[in-house]
Amino acid sequence: MKLKVIGGIGTVIVLLITAMFISCQSDDQIEFNRYYSLGNVIYQGHCQNCHGARGEGLRSLIPSLTDASYLKTNKTILACLVKNGVKGKITVKNILFEGEMPPVDLPPIEIAGVLTYINNSFGNKTGTVTARQVELDLNNCRQ
Amino acid sequence: MKNLALAIVVILFCGACKSDNGKKALPILGERHAVTKNVNGSQVTDTVYHTIPPIKYINQYGDSVDNKKLDGNIYVADFFFTTCPSICPVMQRNMLNVYNEFKQVPDFKIISYTIDPQHDSVPVLKKYADKLGITGNTWWLLQGSKNETYQLAKSYLVSVQEKNPAGEYIHDGYFILIDKQKRIRGTYEGTDPKEVSKLIDDIKILRAEPAVKTQ
Repeated sequence: MKLKVIGGIGTVIVLLITAMFISCQSDDQIEFNRYYSLGNVIYQGHCQNCHGARGEGLRSLIPSLTDASYLKTNKTILACLVKNGVKGKITVKNILFEGEMPPVDLPPIEIAGVLTYINNSFGNKTGTVTARQVELDLNNCRQ
Repeated sequence: MKNLALAIVVILFCGACKSDNGKKALPILGERHAVTKNVNGSQVTDTVYHTIPPIKYINQYGDSVDNKKLDGNIYVADFFFTTCPSICPVMQRNMLNVYNEFKQVPDFKIISYTIDPQHDSVPVLKKYADKLGITGNTWWLLQGSKNETYQLAKSYLVSVQEKNPAGEYIHDGYFILIDKQKRIRGTYEGTDPKEVSKLIDDIKILRAEPAVKTQ
């Protein structure tokens, strides 16, 4: 009898912990999904014409967004690149580009969305970029 | 019953469009008028179709390009400028598919007219062509007088306009298919991959058309 009660309590605790674990995970997942789907819309509206539906860019005219090491190395300035545009030379996937990307004036939450989208599409997978992170990065833009 | 009759009529109409001995033929677009001539003593009426007028341009290699250089070629034309931030990259991405499909064909060309000749000089066009990865003489980027280009756009049934107050050029993203007699045989939305696939199919149909003797 006592054993049964303990067993019962044990089961409930295990269930509770599992439920907590799942709900914690899905909170992160929900946050990710929210940024990602927002970012998908922003990408189509502001980025896709030039960078392509698959992030493939355009030959040596427009850089691709599939260079994982570029995205990693420049992680903290990506928000600045979107917000302020890019001028001058940059090298992506061993190709030198020297065109110009116009600035895209978006609020931090939308920049976070589009960066989450880019960083988790086209073969990239580096998780969520939050609006808070974007705000911090924007404070440190070189200019 | 009424519906059935309607359905039959619709089916008949659709069937009518598809006939022509099972062969697909491309339409001839633009204005046309009838001309009656006296040939060997008898009156002959002929249809005169809209054609692309003579042109005088320079390509990315600095060579002059006029109608003679295009004689005997099927070509696709579009209007663009190298600093275009909006629809041009999409158009070029799609035009590259056309280029890759037909770049080995000697009597086929792609002609891209710049609508910003002041910026898009011959060296700028050459650099752009290099970066786009196009070589040889299949795809020409042409620079010429701005007025001429704007007038010419009209004869391709395309709309281009001067810079708006925001400093942007507004222009159509159409690809225009021209036959060996310089007649318009199709217009395709160059930003839509599906329409560009149709253009590729239509070029094959046009290439299979029997040759017409020119005088």
